[in-house]
Amino acid sequence: MSAGAAKALTSSGLQNHFELFGLAPAYLLEVQALEKAYRDIQSRVHPDRFANAGDAERRASLQWTTRVNEAYRTLKDPVQRGKHVLELHGVDVAFETNTQMPTDFLLQQLELREELESALDAKDAARLDRLRAGLRGQQQALEREIGEAIDAKKDYAGAGELVRKLMFLERLDTEIDAAYEGLE
Amino acid sequence: MALLQISEPGMSAPPHEHRLAVGIDLGTTNSLVATVRSGTPTVLPDALGRALLPSIVRFAKDGSVEVGYAGQAKQAIDPKNTVVSVKRFMGRGLKDVAHIENAPYDFVDAPGMVQIRTAAGVKSPVEVSAEILKVLRQRAELALQGSLSGAVITVPAYFDDAQRQATKDAGRLAGLNVLRLLSEPTAAAIAYGLENASEGLYAVYDLGGGTFDISILKLSRGVFEVIATSGDSMLGGDDFDQRVFCWVVEKAKLPPLGARDMRLLQVRAREAKEYLTFHGEAPITAKLSSGELVDVAIDSETFCGITQTLVQKTLGPVRKALRDAGLTVDDVKGVVMVGGATRMPQVQRAVGELFRRDPLNNLDPDKVVALGAAMQANVLAGNKPQGEDWLLLDVIPLSLGIETMGGLAEKVIPRNTTIPAAKAQEFTTFKDGQAGMSFHVVQGERELVSDCRSLARFELKGIPPMAAGAARVRVTFQVDADGLLSVNAQEKSTGVEASIAVKPSYGLVDSDIERMLRDSFEHAKADVHARALAEYRVEGQRLIEATRSALDADRGLLSADELKAIEEAVAELEKRLAGSDHRAIKQASDALNRATGEFAARRMDQGIRRALAGRQIGSL
Repeated sequence: MSAGAAKALTSSGLQNHFELFGLAPAYLLEVQALEKAYRDIQSRVHPDRFANAGDAERRASLQWTTRVNEAYRTLKDPVQRGKHVLELHGVDVAFETNTQMPTDFLLQQLELREELESALDAKDAARLDRLRAGLRGQQQALEREIGEAIDAKKDYAGAGELVRKLMFLERLDTEIDAAYEGLE
Repeated sequence: MALLQISEPGMSAPPHEHRLAVGIDLGTTNSLVATVRSGTPTVLPDALGRALLPSIVRFAKDGSVEVGYAGQAKQAIDPKNTVVSVKRFMGRGLKDVAHIENAPYDFVDAPGMVQIRTAAGVKSPVEVSAEILKVLRQRAELALQGSLSGAVITVPAYFDDAQRQATKDAGRLAGLNVLRLLSEPTAAAIAYGLENASEGLYAVYDLGGGTFDISILKLSRGVFEVIATSGDSMLGGDDFDQRVFCWVVEKAKLPPLGARDMRLLQVRAREAKEYLTFHGEAPITAKLSSGELVDVAIDSETFCGITQTLVQKTLGPVRKALRDAGLTVDDVKGVVMVGGATRMPQVQRAVGELFRRDPLNNLDPDKVVALGAAMQANVLAGNKPQGEDWLLLDVIPLSLGIETMGGLAEKVIPRNTTIPAAKAQEFTTFKDGQAGMSFHVVQGERELVSDCRSLARFELKGIPPMAAGAARVRVTFQVDADGLLSVNAQEKSTGVEASIAVKPSYGLVDSDIERMLRDSFEHAKADVHARALAEYRVEGQRLIEATRSALDADRGLLSADELKAIEEAVAELEKRLAGSDHRAIKQASDALNRATGEFAARRMDQGIRRALAGRQIGSL
């Protein structure tokens, strides 16, 4: 940064996003129940409902809607939701510092990235499609495993590693997106 | 089991007379104003029955301004002072505007936004747009026989913060109470969605005169949720005209042209493009100022050929939006076509092939955005009873970030985040005793700051002396429901708080707006104070009305003392409203707003609790 600021660790106050929507803090959640609660709350707090209100109400509406959107975004996202549930159980997933992963998983990731690069070099959209389909399957399997570890076994430390794995897959997903853009 | 309905009179607008609210489509080529009359959205025509107002403004030497058809009539003879497609310049610097060499204006590269030197002085795009908006406002006030309580103005979904800010400023400058900036594809979806009572995932393909937008929306039970949006704010029907223009210049082997000839041929090129929608061949004839006669014809095959890359250019963002939404074309239930440029058969064909279905185009693509905006304005004005209204959840089109070491952009709020949204990021000092920090706010998807749009720079000063890394500066980005950003920075570690709120550098600061308003009133010989008094009175009355209905509904949330304080503030404002001191009215309004702050927060909490209670009872 021009006048010298370095990025510091983010410390956000811990809020229970599940409570906001009246949901039990489980990893495997009913998406429809979440969506319905989100819409019910939004229809009461959204700024569009206060277009003619005073400044105080408009400000309160903006703050609440912002918070509700943040909570919804977190719970919709499989990685962020996992991180949030674990934090509620006092487990710091520490994505930034904890990069130790099992060797076979890392090797597999390496292979997938090599496949991505060679598909991109060959400008082969069909190969990207296959890579993505395979990745989706892996992601869904991992999400089921995380649900099992957190909701059934209460194995939070074990779940932490699974969430980190899921995050690796998510990064690959973003890279596939970039590759599609590279093809256009 | 049926859901338990909870009625909350305080959360909806109190019973009142119908508020006059309009939707305005401020387009690159044409602009429109619409309203909802007796439950039906209608475009308001001018005295001659014409719905469209060409987005053309001519500034004459005597200070008179001609907007629309009157300006259009002069565009070939007075190109330098007749501004067309001003939307392309909104919130843009000189280097950002495509084909600027083909525009016949005297540009002034002002800091922030490009300006145009005309016979009536230097004009910013905001002022030019405000002239268009003023004409539409007058048209509406004449048709509806009353002054407007508010307006919704549409913007391309892909407009960045600077472009949105400029649009809102233009609205204020035109004397409009801008209820909301609404993205064009979303407006179109409102018009379509409610007429056809559709549910599911829809794509809105919006190719206007100067901008291209694609939005993916999820429609369900009165909620319009934008899932992803993408586009190109520098691609539109004008570019197709430009291709035809270049083809004519080449075909007829014309020498470099003056401003007048250039404008004439550009008009002919546009006419040819429109003709080709229904015919296989279009003649292009023009008499140049040299006396030379241009007489060529272009067939639709040639036209498709020279514009093929433009059509293809729109499909990239479509695929990107689908990927962002995690969808394939098969998930999309329908494709809505918006914007005059989607009339071109090659565009309809390309979109139909990509989505493997015929696009929906049963509403007039020129009017659908204004109609949707009018419907939204009607809801925001509180004219629709609860239950019959709907909710609109929109997203920001481009990521917002901050510059970090090495000229890299750190994304703070990613694109397609539902708004309103806020995100805080902490930064620290990297030198011992560092007393200040400078921040650079950018918007865009690229890694390098130099490839993103610069929105604002600001400095935080007065950080107490500390070791490197000890200061904790929290930078908060807040995006409101219009998609507009404000940034705030605070040093927290020592309890010393320094805070600054910034507005993007392309937006006008309030003093600029005030000066422009003053200038325009002086020109119109109107009384600034009378205007301010009228505005603060309306605002004050609205506030009293809102406070009363809140008290009627939720008086129980207040202690006796709190209730008394609010009632006193209401009484004070009422007293001031009877007088004619606009400053005193403003102060009393501000005081009432402060007095009701806590009350508003409690009412909101209660609203959420009730929403949850309704849900749980319903799911028993």
